[in-house]
Amino acid sequence: MASSPKLNSNIPEGDLKDKWQNRLAEYKLVNPANKRKHKIIIVGTGLAGGAAAATLAELGYNVESFCYQDSPRRAHSIAAQGGINASKNYRGDNDSIYRLFYDTIKGGDFRAREANVYRLAQISGNIIDQCVAQGVPFAREYSGYLANRSFGGAQVSRTFYARGQTGQQLLLGAYQALERQINAKKVTMHERTEMLDLVLVNGQARGIIARNMVTGEITKHVADCVILATGGYGNVFYLSTNAKGCSASAIHRAYKRGALMANPCYTQIHPTCIPVSGDYQSKLTLMSESLRNDGRMWAPKAKGDKRPPNEIPENERDYFLERKYPSYGNLAPRDISSRAAKEACDEGRGVGPNGLGVYLDFADAIKRLGKQTVKERYGNLIDMYNRITGEDPYTQPMRIYPAVHYTMGGLWVDYDLMSNIPGLFVTGEANFSDHGANRLGASALMQGLADGYFISPHSVSNYIASVKPGKVTTDAPEFAAAEKETREKIKRMLSINGKTTVDEFHRRLGKIIWDKCGMARTKEGLEQAIKEIRALRAEFWKDLKVTGGENELNQSLERAGRVADFLEFGEVLCMDALHREESCGGHFRVEYQTEEGEAKRNDEKFTYAAAWEFTGVDSQPILHKEELKFESIHLQTRSYK
Amino acid sequence: MSDMNLTLKVWRQKSKDQKGCFETYKTLASEHMSFLEMLDVVNEKLERDGKDPVAFDHDCREGICGACSMVINGSPHGPEKATTTCQLHMRKFKDGDTIVIEPWRAKAFPVLKDLIVDRGAFDRIIQSGGYTSAATGGVPDANSILIPKERADEAMDAAQCIGCGACVAACPNASAMLFVGAKVSHLANLPQGQVEAKTRVQNMVTQMDKEGFGNCTNHGECESSCPKEISIKFISKMNREYLGALSHVQKSAAAE
Repeated sequence: MASSPKLNSNIPEGDLKDKWQNRLAEYKLVNPANKRKHKIIIVGTGLAGGAAAATLAELGYNVESFCYQDSPRRAHSIAAQGGINASKNYRGDNDSIYRLFYDTIKGGDFRAREANVYRLAQISGNIIDQCVAQGVPFAREYSGYLANRSFGGAQVSRTFYARGQTGQQLLLGAYQALERQINAKKVTMHERTEMLDLVLVNGQARGIIARNMVTGEITKHVADCVILATGGYGNVFYLSTNAKGCSASAIHRAYKRGALMANPCYTQIHPTCIPVSGDYQSKLTLMSESLRNDGRMWAPKAKGDKRPPNEIPENERDYFLERKYPSYGNLAPRDISSRAAKEACDEGRGVGPNGLGVYLDFADAIKRLGKQTVKERYGNLIDMYNRITGEDPYTQPMRIYPAVHYTMGGLWVDYDLMSNIPGLFVTGEANFSDHGANRLGASALMQGLADGYFISPHSVSNYIASVKPGKVTTDAPEFAAAEKETREKIKRMLSINGKTTVDEFHRRLGKIIWDKCGMARTKEGLEQAIKEIRALRAEFWKDLKVTGGENELNQSLERAGRVADFLEFGEVLCMDALHREESCGGHFRVEYQTEEGEAKRNDEKFTYAAAWEFTGVDSQPILHKEELKFESIHLQTRSYK
Repeated sequence: MSDMNLTLKVWRQKSKDQKGCFETYKTLASEHMSFLEMLDVVNEKLERDGKDPVAFDHDCREGICGACSMVINGSPHGPEKATTTCQLHMRKFKDGDTIVIEPWRAKAFPVLKDLIVDRGAFDRIIQSGGYTSAATGGVPDANSILIPKERADEAMDAAQCIGCGACVAACPNASAMLFVGAKVSHLANLPQGQVEAKTRVQNMVTQMDKEGFGNCTNHGECESSCPKEISIKFISKMNREYLGALSHVQKSAAAE
């Protein structure tokens, strides 16, 4: 198989471990005195966007930064709980760059690009250094040295953490660096501003159309290039662990302008979330993977066992992860653990009011370590569980169920994190990234900060130095055209005046996708889902009800725009899942499984990244393939047994 | 599952420049709902009836982004200790309750619409000095900076602040000293933050005053309403840092 000519992954020459150094040496530089003549637009202020905005401004560029929240400090990276991986080998447990690289490739079920992943592992250590210099209060040993914990999919202890709020502390580090540059007038910050379209001039990404969410004003912004760091599309499922404002709109708009959407079917369902309690449910809450260091997952052995958990004797419990995956046990990767939990529930062994739940039990840990130690390690998570459910995990096991958490797919990018549109860079969760078909725990923060602090600033500089994007202003006709389309879409949504609310459409879309493109997918189900999504989309444009006007703070209108995009994006997601006739990582096709029910890849046919080209809202996108070559690691069946 | 009938009195205000007033809504809620889910239900009904839904800030809905900003029955984030509005659940209320919902009230946090306020003042305080000036790259190995566990733990206690502004909303003086004290203390506790400690505390306090926040008169409402239980001791710490910085300035002025 050869890659599509449209997809030049642009991987540097040389030995795997020299590639990044070689590329850095090749990159052209912009003279310090000239940097201030260039402007870069960065959408999103999470780890990837915030870190890039701060770093590019420090280098001397002018940055315009955008976020939909009222402050850049609230981007959803803030919610990451457990930690960040780095191959520091501070524990002396034989960790190394190679081992982190290997674990990530294997964890991703051999569907990621080797060169990118190796670079990520190489940079991982620098991230920790940088964050410590910023004053991120990572957990420490009594000796004053940094502490580590273990995470799923690894047999070494390489995760750095700040209690259960690692994402918060890393994001505040990036946010503070960003605020420093705002103070230095190198970054212009646009809070409560949502990107609604990407503008291309002469085939290059040169700007965006945005809406001021307080006044409703539509604004045009021009720059030398654009970085999208806008996060994942988990909210296409309606219920997920994402923040309510997370959407696919920025990447979907770019897709409609010609950027290729890669591997959207790789969605991560996290095994340990608090189960759904009713129809009004607005989001799902994650219970950090770090809990599986000491918590044991189990379900009753007998079907329909309604006894309270503490009355079920030891020999009538099935510690299913320990039974099925003895070498990794409760620290099996997320995709595998989620499927195992679902399997138990499908067999009628689920617990809780609707039978959609399994236990995560700390009784043994409390016996072994004492309640105080368990409290020190997980107190804030246990309190959160208690607040939400009214149950006390110190005396009875948590009830948990898988929920959508992270999306590995996203816009296709080359080694330099640039999409197929020149000047459009995509970083963090928004790109199709380094995680292949499944992401390991504590690797999202690592990737976001690697992209933001250490990769995109250099590749963007090189782009500006070598391409020399010329002078363009917002007077270019492309800006006027994009602005007109944006205004028309807003007017159209406001003028339908139907009967169905945005949230109702979103819930219905979410149910279609969760049922048919969730933890288990089939050909028939996906074909059905595509039909249903098309019908729902048609209904949306006939029967939507949005109150209020366009020139005011209007949260229903904001949501309507995002749901309109999800209604198109959801179809691409299902098409990708339909075309990939194999099971790998977070993509599980029921037709393709081993006798033991494990994911069965088809390396002969599917060792590629699938990148989709937009051809029209109701027409089939064109598939482009990037062949994945495994030169350092042999393709093998992924096993955690 | 028991349902409860509730009466809500909600602050409605079209925009920054218009006058607001309380509107009354009746709703049914389940004890398993979060407070925001209860409001979602009210809003969806308003939308179906063609009325403007209640605007409120929210995002992560798991108590960490700090977007929530409602005063519930007089308490920022409502009656439950150490809990943001999004994590407050309706089992804390009972059938027949009347619940009064208002935005944060403070001169430095103007209302933008209904329950949404502008907290840009907090960002501007951070801009004035709430960071270490470590540019990307060129920093030493992480383990070359040893930090005693107690210092790191105390820094983390302060760094947990989610920047929601409940401390300001709770304070009779609308003081932001808990917010500023938390950031000053987080960084002052760490060797990395020491170099700039003196200018940081002065600049942040100056900006805080400029934004129109009041002073601390030791009511302690900030600590008791803080969803992350940030201790009021960090205000004392900030005051000590500030005095230290002032005397340093005086000494250097005298030396010159």
